[in-house]
Amino acid sequence: MSTTAPDNRLVAETSEGAQEMVDRALESATERLRELGAVLRLSEAEAAELGEQDPGDDQTMIMNMGPQHPSTHGVLRLMLELEGETVLRTKPIIGYLHTGMEKTGEDLTYLQGPTNVTRMDYASPLFSELAFSLTTEKLLGIEVPPRAVWIRMLMSELNRLSSHLLFMATNGMDLGAVSMMIYGWREREETLRILEKITGLRMNHNYIRPGGVAADLPDGWRDDVLRLLDLIPPRLDEYDTLMTGQPIWRERLQGVGVITTEECLALGTTGPILRSTGYAWDLRRDLPYLAYDEVDFDVVVGTYGDCFDRYAIRLNEIRESIRIIHQILDKMPLGDYRIQDKKVTPPPRARIDESMEALIHHFKIFTEGFKVPEGEAYVAVESPRGELGCYIVSDGTSKPYRMHIRGPSFVNLQTLPHMMRGGLLADAVAIISSVDPIMGEVDR
Amino acid sequence: MADADETTVDEAASEEAAGDVVEPERVHGALVTHGPDGLVVLHPDRDALVDLVEALGADGFHQCLDVAGVDYLRHPGRNDLPEGVAPERFEVVVHLMSHTERRRLRIRVQVPADDPTCPSLFDLHPGVEAMEREAYDLFGIAFDGHPDLTRILMPEDWTGHPLRKDYAIGAIPVQFKGAPAPR
Repeated sequence: MSTTAPDNRLVAETSEGAQEMVDRALESATERLRELGAVLRLSEAEAAELGEQDPGDDQTMIMNMGPQHPSTHGVLRLMLELEGETVLRTKPIIGYLHTGMEKTGEDLTYLQGPTNVTRMDYASPLFSELAFSLTTEKLLGIEVPPRAVWIRMLMSELNRLSSHLLFMATNGMDLGAVSMMIYGWREREETLRILEKITGLRMNHNYIRPGGVAADLPDGWRDDVLRLLDLIPPRLDEYDTLMTGQPIWRERLQGVGVITTEECLALGTTGPILRSTGYAWDLRRDLPYLAYDEVDFDVVVGTYGDCFDRYAIRLNEIRESIRIIHQILDKMPLGDYRIQDKKVTPPPRARIDESMEALIHHFKIFTEGFKVPEGEAYVAVESPRGELGCYIVSDGTSKPYRMHIRGPSFVNLQTLPHMMRGGLLADAVAIISSVDPIMGEVDR
Repeated sequence: MADADETTVDEAASEEAAGDVVEPERVHGALVTHGPDGLVVLHPDRDALVDLVEALGADGFHQCLDVAGVDYLRHPGRNDLPEGVAPERFEVVVHLMSHTERRRLRIRVQVPADDPTCPSLFDLHPGVEAMEREAYDLFGIAFDGHPDLTRILMPEDWTGHPLRKDYAIGAIPVQFKGAPAPR
């Protein structure tokens, strides 16, 4: 095992991976990941020292890519070991956007918490808010009203649309299909316009909060959403014409950045990367939260685990999201958009003008916050990038004692060295793009 | 550890359903509690962690989703530990996922302040590499057997571990490498 050349390895794994029993294959994948050494383990000081020396003809070269490289999606930096144009080992270097948001979270009340976490994954902010709110509600032991549940689902799926459309844009741009970038951003902007109408902001909404959502859906929301749902599908067909069937696009993506199911499981990878290997795992279906067990949708999986599968999965997940939103529009119940629990919910604005008690109540909730019982909880949701988990330890006060976000991009970045090994440097850009990392969430 | 008590996770769950648990509940030798989020929480000794995760892997918990540190310096008297587990300052919290049973499981390991080390799970789950580096960087918990235990989010030459509770917020000027002196 494991001493085969990188080129043979890829063929062997894609053709026989699924035939082995899960346990043995998993074990060998773990072993392979350890022994092959796709990960470059070298400190910056050592790399700088190596850079001083003149590499001979038979030596490998260490090259730095990023953090300001346009195709690294923000501030990802990669240290690549190259042999000619072939990538041998890679080390992702992160932390350029680290602002200590988990530390900040310990100093904010549970009501202020979503304002903080929404800035982590800035392409799909509502999912961080959702994970935080669900965890807080678990600790409080409260259930939000049905309308709030369905509004949260609607917002999640709209946000998944906008996030995947952003991926379409950046993926196209990274691979030279620059017109795709404009189309992707244009459609995303249409989606953000609806999010803005509902939440008041294009991004960083702070809309999903412990106890429900911040406000009810505005008048005319249904027409706006329906207009969007009519608008997007023909555009997706245009993307198909522009990219999916196009020979250059396929040549550029097919067979590039291959990863197997066993490797994905060993690396803790979730989301479209895991599904691209043909492994149907989607928290919305397998561990349903909100009301996802009441809507009908398909989990899109790939076959080869390459960049093309990851592109096609996201394109078709947009279609599935549209299908889900249609069902949400049919089933949206009436009622409260937040829980009527005096401990958690502030009184309505109109009551404050006429009642002193309501004013004090309002003031206390927004200054002191509400107390959350002692304990710890972990709740995860399926974000566009994979499992987004939130772990909160409460010490019984109104601020989390410890707030930890399990960012899918942070964990998924570890697949990069394994997908890049043995490939060309030019393919590295396609592979980074197909992982779709959001650096705000990686660095937190 | 695994041969000391052969109870699998399933049996432990059904035992609890029967309602007449006299002995403290154990899975593979680790004490069991139940979190408010409905997860089974295991409390192994530090030395038994790797064996426990390996035994759970054989039970179907194939994916290690999360490794996080917690510093209990200012909240020492927590009440959700089972009897027989002495609270320490640090805790390493591991979340495992079983895709066949479709459920998660949490492991909490106590790590004392005077010896903040914990065995690494890298040999079983290579994906914990980044998460253990993060816990090392932000809490100063060293993971024995980790291949590259360096800082990941903070700069390489940073001193201190920011998520520790005795690390004050905003008390330290921002460190820039090679920044010019103030004029």
